Amino acid sequence: MKRTLTIFRGTKENGRYEDYEVEQQEGMVVLDAIHRIQAEQATDLACRWNCKAGKCGSCSAEINGKAKLTCMTRMDTLPDGPIRVGPVKTFPLQKDLVTDVSWNYRVKKRITPFTPKTYTPEEAKKGEFNMKQEDIDRVQEFRKCIECFLCQNVCHVLRDFPENKEVFDGPRYMIRLAELEMHPKDDADRIPYVKETSGVGHCNITRCCTEVCPENIVITDNGIIPLKERMSDRYYDPLRMIWRKLTGKS
Amino acid sequence: MPSLPAVSKTHEFDVIVVGAGGAGLRAAIEASREGARTAIICKSLLGKAHTVMAEGGAAAALRNTDPRDTWKVHFRDTIRGSKYLSQWPMAMLHAQEAPERIRELERWGAVFDRTKDGWINQRNFGGHQYPRLAHVGDRTGLELIRTLQDKGVHSGIEVFMEVTVTKLFTKDGTVTGCLAYERETGKFHLFKAKSVVVATGGFGKAWKYNSNSWEYTGDGHTLAYEAGAELMDMEFFQFHPTGMVWPPSVRGTLVTEGVRGEGGILRNSEGKRFMYDYIPEMFQGDFAETEEEVQRWLDGDKDARRPPELLTRDVVARAIRSEVKAGRGTEHGGVYLDISWRDAEYVKKKLPSMYHQFKELANVDITKVPMEVGPTAHYAMGGIRVDHESQESTTVRGLYACGECAAGLHGANRLGGNSLTDLLVFGKRAGEHAARRALETKEHPEIPAEEVQAAIDAAVAPLERESGENPFKVHEELEELMQDNAGMIREAEDLKKALEGLAAFAERVRNIKVGGNIQYNPGWHEALDIHNLLVCAEATARAALEREESRGGHTRADFPQSDAEYWQHHNIVLKKGADGRMEVRRVPLTPWSDEVNRIMEASAEELSGDTHAEVHPL
Repeated sequence: MKRTLTIFRGTKENGRYEDYEVEQQEGMVVLDAIHRIQAEQATDLACRWNCKAGKCGSCSAEINGKAKLTCMTRMDTLPDGPIRVGPVKTFPLQKDLVTDVSWNYRVKKRITPFTPKTYTPEEAKKGEFNMKQEDIDRVQEFRKCIECFLCQNVCHVLRDFPENKEVFDGPRYMIRLAELEMHPKDDADRIPYVKETSGVGHCNITRCCTEVCPENIVITDNGIIPLKERMSDRYYDPLRMIWRKLTGKS
Repeated sequence: MPSLPAVSKTHEFDVIVVGAGGAGLRAAIEASREGARTAIICKSLLGKAHTVMAEGGAAAALRNTDPRDTWKVHFRDTIRGSKYLSQWPMAMLHAQEAPERIRELERWGAVFDRTKDGWINQRNFGGHQYPRLAHVGDRTGLELIRTLQDKGVHSGIEVFMEVTVTKLFTKDGTVTGCLAYERETGKFHLFKAKSVVVATGGFGKAWKYNSNSWEYTGDGHTLAYEAGAELMDMEFFQFHPTGMVWPPSVRGTLVTEGVRGEGGILRNSEGKRFMYDYIPEMFQGDFAETEEEVQRWLDGDKDARRPPELLTRDVVARAIRSEVKAGRGTEHGGVYLDISWRDAEYVKKKLPSMYHQFKELANVDITKVPMEVGPTAHYAMGGIRVDHESQESTTVRGLYACGECAAGLHGANRLGGNSLTDLLVFGKRAGEHAARRALETKEHPEIPAEEVQAAIDAAVAPLERESGENPFKVHEELEELMQDNAGMIREAEDLKKALEGLAAFAERVRNIKVGGNIQYNPGWHEALDIHNLLVCAEATARAALEREESRGGHTRADFPQSDAEYWQHHNIVLKKGADGRMEVRRVPLTPWSDEVNRIMEASAEELSGDTHAEVHPL
C-alpha cells in the first residue's frame, strides 16, 4: 500500500511541508518511512534517532499534530490519508525535524544532583545502601524517563509562552526534582529551589504531560502534585507561618 | 562558489574522550577527577548513546543473592565464556573491580532493584554460574548512562554534542589531537589533546539484521587503526540469540537475555524445548537435564542446575539457527521464546520494556503468548588492542580505548552483563591513565595546518563531487554482502567473496555524492560513516578467513571444530601496513599464571569456600 507523508522541510526562515510517497509494509513505524525517504528520495532530510525501540528518546516529533516518538508510532494505527510529520514546536527549529533542545540540558545542570547520605554502620560494612524495594518504586518510576522532552513540548506553559522558559523548568524537571526529593538516601534539600526557581506554581495540573509520556510516568499526580505539597507544607503551613513570625526562625 | 571550509575554532584540552556512552562518560569523569581538563565529543545528544539499549544488567560478584559467588567464580565464567581467548589479566581486573564500580554508581544516584533485605538485587544470566547481574527491570543501561551523565555534567567536563570526529592526528607515534565537525552547522573544529580516549562502541551496522543504532559504524576502530593502532579479535562478532523477527521493520531489535534469566523457555515449532540437545562438552554436567530440575532451580533450590537456555550466547544463537535451518522454525524464521507461563504482573514488573516493545511494535502480549525470536548482530568482541592495565593502545602513545571498541576482555564470546561492568571498570582505568599521561605532558604539540586541511578536504569531498552514488544505497548493499558472506556461519569461499566485494566497495565509497548543503545532512554523515564500516568489515573478514576453526562468535562451516592445540592459544592482530594494506598476524596469549590455573581447575566449593568469612550476614 502506498502512503503519503507530508514532512516539514527547511528552516525557520525558509520552510514548508513536502509530500513523499512510500510503500507501507506490515508493522512499519513512522521512523521507518522517514528512513526510506532519506535513503531513496531526500538524503539530506534531517531527523534525530538512535535506538529505534523507544528507549533513547531521540526521535520526538509531531505526527498529525500529536507529540510522539516516531519509532513507536505504527503507521497502521494512524487514520487513512497523508501522515503529517513536523518538528516539535516548543523548541527552536534547527532544520527539518531537528530542534534545539539544549535549554533542557541547561535546566538539568542547575538542579543539585544526587547527594548521598552517610552510610549506616551496616551499610558501610557492605558498601551499599539499604533500601526497601517499596521505598524506591516511585523513584524508579521517575527514573524511567528517557528524556524525549515530549512532556516539555506539550506543556502549554512552555509551548504557548516561550518566555516562560525563564521561570518554569517544565514537567521533565519536576519529576527529576521529585525523584531526587523522594530518594530515601538523598541528603540535599531542593524544596527552596522548587519554590524559588523551578516555577512549580506555573503548573496548573492539566496533565498534558502525563498523557504524552511514552514511558507512562504519571508525571502530574505522582510527581508534580507531591512536590507542590512538599513546598506548601514547608512554606505555607499556617502553624509554621505563625512559628516563623514569633521566632523569626524558618 | 563558496570558499573552501576551514577550521572555525581550535580547542586545547588535556584529555579528549570520543564517545559519550557508558565507557566514554566513565572515562571522562575519572580524567576530570584526576585534574585533567577534559572534553567529551559525541555524535548524538548526551544520554542517547547505545548504552541505553543494554537491558539485562551489570555483572559483578556482589554476593547479595548467592553468597557462594566470588570474583574468582566470575573470572572463571568470563574465561570459559570467552572460549579461553580472553586476555586473562583483564578478566581478572574486571571481576575484581566490578563490584566497587557498581557500588560507586549507587553513591552517584543509580537506583538498582533490591533484594528482600534491601541490598542490590542480582539476576541470572547466560554463562554466569550464580545470579550476578545488578539490574533495574530491563532498563539497566538507561539507569547507568543517566547516572553517569548526571555525574558527568557536574564534574567540570565540557561536552560537545552532535559533533563527529573524522580524523586522529599523530606525531612520531603519539596522538596529538583530532578533527571534528559540528552536525548542525557543518563547521570544523580542531581539538589539540595530550591524550585521546576512544569509546565509540561497535560496528553492528555492517550487517543487515542488527540491534544497533546509526552511530554503530566502528568510528573509533577505524580512527585508531588509521592512526597506527592494532586491532584484535575482529573475527569475533556476537550475534545475540534473541532479536525480534517480526514485523520486518523491527527485525533485529533486541530482546533481552533477561527474559531467559527470568525463566523464558525456548521452543521450536514442534513445541520441543530444544536447548537440552545443545549443551556443549565444556558445559556438560553444569546444566539441568530435566524440566523438573529447571523448576526446582526457578524455585530457588541452590542444588538444582541452571536451565540450558542460560548457556552462553554463541551456543544459544547457533542452536536457534540450526533449528530454523532444520525446518523447525516459526512462520517468520525464528523460534519461540515463552515467558507467558509466569505471572503476568511479575513479567510486567521485571521486563516492562519488553512487554511494551512487543505490545506496541508487534501486537504481541508476552504475558499471554510466546515471542518469535532469532539471532541479530549485536556486539563487537574485537577492537583496539590495548595494554591490560592502562587501556593505552599497544602501538600509539597517548591513545586509549575502552568499552566495546577495545578488545581483550571478552575474547571469542562476551557474557551478557559483562559489557556494562567492562565499560565501568575499563572506562575508569582509561580515564585515569589518560589523565596522568596528559598531566605529565608539558605542551600541546602543533598539528601541521596542511594535515588539517587535507582532513577537511577529505571530509567534504562527498559534498563537492559533481556526481556519484547514493550513500544509503551503498550502505545497504554493504550490509547484504556481510550478512551473506561474513555472518554467523562462515566459509573460506564466502569470506573471499566478501573481501573481493569489500575491495569494490572501497572504490564505490570514494565516489559517493551527497546532495544538499553541509548543515545537518544525514547523507553526508552516512558517506563518512561507511568508510569506517568498510575498514571494520574488512578486518572482520580477514581475521575470519585466517582463523581456521570454530570458536565463540566465529563459526566456520568448513572448520566446524575448535582447535585446542593451536588456535585456543592465539589471537589475531591486524594493523595497517606501510603500503596501506591490512596486515594480519597471530599473537600467542599470555600463558596462565599459577593462580589462574588454580582458579580454573578448582571445584565450586573451593572457589566460594575460602571467602565465606567475608560474607556479610544478610
